Amino acid sequence: MNKYYMGIDIGSISTKGVIIDDEENIVASEYLWTEADPITATKRVVESLLKKCSNNNINLELYGLGTTGSARYLIGKILGANVIKNEITAHGIGTLSRHKDARTILEIGGQDSKLIIIKDGIIIDYAMNTLCAAGTGAFLSSQAKRLGIDIKDLGDIALKSKTPSKIAARCTVFAESDLVHKAQIGHSKEDIVAGICNAVAQNFLNNLGKGKKLEDKIIFQGGVSKNIGVVRAFENILNKKVYVDMESHLMGALGIAIISKKQATNSYRLNFDFNVTKYNFKTIGRECNKCSNNCELVDIYKNGEIIDTLGGRCQNSKNIINQKKIEA
Amino acid sequence: MSNTKNKYVVSFPHLGNYYIPVYNFLNNILDSSTTKILIPKMMSSSTVKYGEENSPDYVCTPFKYNMGNFIESLENGANVLIQAGGGCRYGYYAEVQEKILKDMGYDFIYIVLFDSNGIDVKKVFDIFKKLNPKLKFSYFVYRFLFTLKILNLLDKFETYVRDNYVYEIDAGKFDKLHTSFLNKLKYVKDNKELNIIKKDYFKKLHNIKLKDEAKRKDIIKVGIVGELYTSMEPYSSFYIERELLKMGVKVKRYTTATYLLLKKKAEEKNLLKKSNKYITYALGADGTESVAHSLELIDEGYDGIIHIKPFGCTPEINAMPILQKISNDFNIPIIYFTFDMQSSEVGITTRLEAFYDMLKMKKECNANE
Repeated sequence: MNKYYMGIDIGSISTKGVIIDDEENIVASEYLWTEADPITATKRVVESLLKKCSNNNINLELYGLGTTGSARYLIGKILGANVIKNEITAHGIGTLSRHKDARTILEIGGQDSKLIIIKDGIIIDYAMNTLCAAGTGAFLSSQAKRLGIDIKDLGDIALKSKTPSKIAARCTVFAESDLVHKAQIGHSKEDIVAGICNAVAQNFLNNLGKGKKLEDKIIFQGGVSKNIGVVRAFENILNKKVYVDMESHLMGALGIAIISKKQATNSYRLNFDFNVTKYNFKTIGRECNKCSNNCELVDIYKNGEIIDTLGGRCQNSKNIINQKKIEA
Repeated sequence: MSNTKNKYVVSFPHLGNYYIPVYNFLNNILDSSTTKILIPKMMSSSTVKYGEENSPDYVCTPFKYNMGNFIESLENGANVLIQAGGGCRYGYYAEVQEKILKDMGYDFIYIVLFDSNGIDVKKVFDIFKKLNPKLKFSYFVYRFLFTLKILNLLDKFETYVRDNYVYEIDAGKFDKLHTSFLNKLKYVKDNKELNIIKKDYFKKLHNIKLKDEAKRKDIIKVGIVGELYTSMEPYSSFYIERELLKMGVKVKRYTTATYLLLKKKAEEKNLLKKSNKYITYALGADGTESVAHSLELIDEGYDGIIHIKPFGCTPEINAMPILQKISNDFNIPIIYFTFDMQSSEVGITTRLEAFYDMLKMKKECNANE
């Protein structure tokens, strides 16, 4: 019997899922928008993964399941994950499984970006940007909308430009006013789009690259790595080749699947409920009110029964579990 | 409202557990028949809210926490407030806060312990004398020095707990003893009593069973350097120390009130000398310490360093590029946290977790070689 492992990466913008076998090959994968509803997105991803497996006549024996990304705790509880881990570690492990010689990982997602530095196959340094939106996918998609361009075409349009417009990289607000200004004085769309791509790359390096040496081989991943314009911008600024994996958008999910494999007990199959996508999950936010800290809690209900409470700093928030029920 | 029982209600800002020695000091020099000492409400989201609403937007974060404490105390009846000062923007806190609070319509007596010239004991005494006419100068000085002793003991105790927390065998022993120790210190009367407490509690402390040396090898060791308020007030750093201890990481921190009040001046030159490869002049406030102590942590074989500061802290911003160079030179991971009033801890937990994973993988890798 083959063993399989599932990894789910629930980001702010997109939700990614993979199933890998014992040799860490991806046997099924899915990528779709989170649309601010991580539970529904996860259900759809899991459904699709299960369907793809059954279409390929895979008898899915799950031995591990991991979640990562900003909704990792919520989804981890719902799916009964055996490992819940941050996306920095997951991305590092995922990429290293495909590129053993990687030294630098540039990752740009929807709402944040990361820079991971690797030496001798282990992560030795990293930086994560959570402060500024200028170097992220959200900025690109809002500017594409402003220019009336489909986000998918952004990269190809950028490549047509010979003289990219100079667009301020420091801050989205300034970048946007620069962009409007350049458009009004007659810069072509290609030049402006290329300017935006440069701004994203420059902002990333200014914010995260400070004082860090980016050595070869450089891997670029996350949703924005699909934008060839940004890839070229990085190459021009760094004067180095930047590699983009075909499955660059899945590296976080792959990484967490591998971590779940490492932590799985080999002789025990994971108690995974294949009906999980049919259950009714509901989350209700509330304030704890047990002490002056007033932690913001989230109760998770499965078919009307509370299964866990997240967000508490202490044990106080946990005591009511198993006592509260609601009508689903 | 001429309630003679509580003619004066005295309050002060929070800083970790240092409300204990401060309470003890005030309790002994003030007249309990006319004065009440109000320990500010524990730090909470409401402290943050009041502080943020009534402070300049771009001021450094501790200013806002102090404001929150003051407003909550004033609302609870305080009419005497005490503030200190330091060698950075902290030196301006007192004046600006007084102005804002008075503009808001509060009426209170304001006592500033330090100004840019340091502490003027006579001046401070004169103010306290107004609150308690029976107060004698010699007794005031005696209580002041005694308070430093309490503070010193508190720091010694907490440093021991911090140093050994992850080696504890029966979880919870340290926490329990810590709480009871704090209660004792709050009301300690004199030297004799303090010595008894010291003997008693340090004996109990040393009796708490710890893992033996052989089992400590795999434990990850991290040092915390950076700005003083964030280092000492756990609420302002989202309890970063406790989070690390919970992960099973050994934590070392240099900054304590004892260090700042009693040792800093004497050590500063020495620290500069030790780190002369990286800095020639003092960086202001605790910037020099951040650099020198990082070098010391590297010497002692620590696995990683965490640098913390509140938003807008200039001395620590000065220290950061130097720390980056040190990180490259010695191949040691340093992670930087800037704390502001944001209530979302997710970004911080994520980076902290990743830091832990990274150090752990590195350590395992080195062990296998």
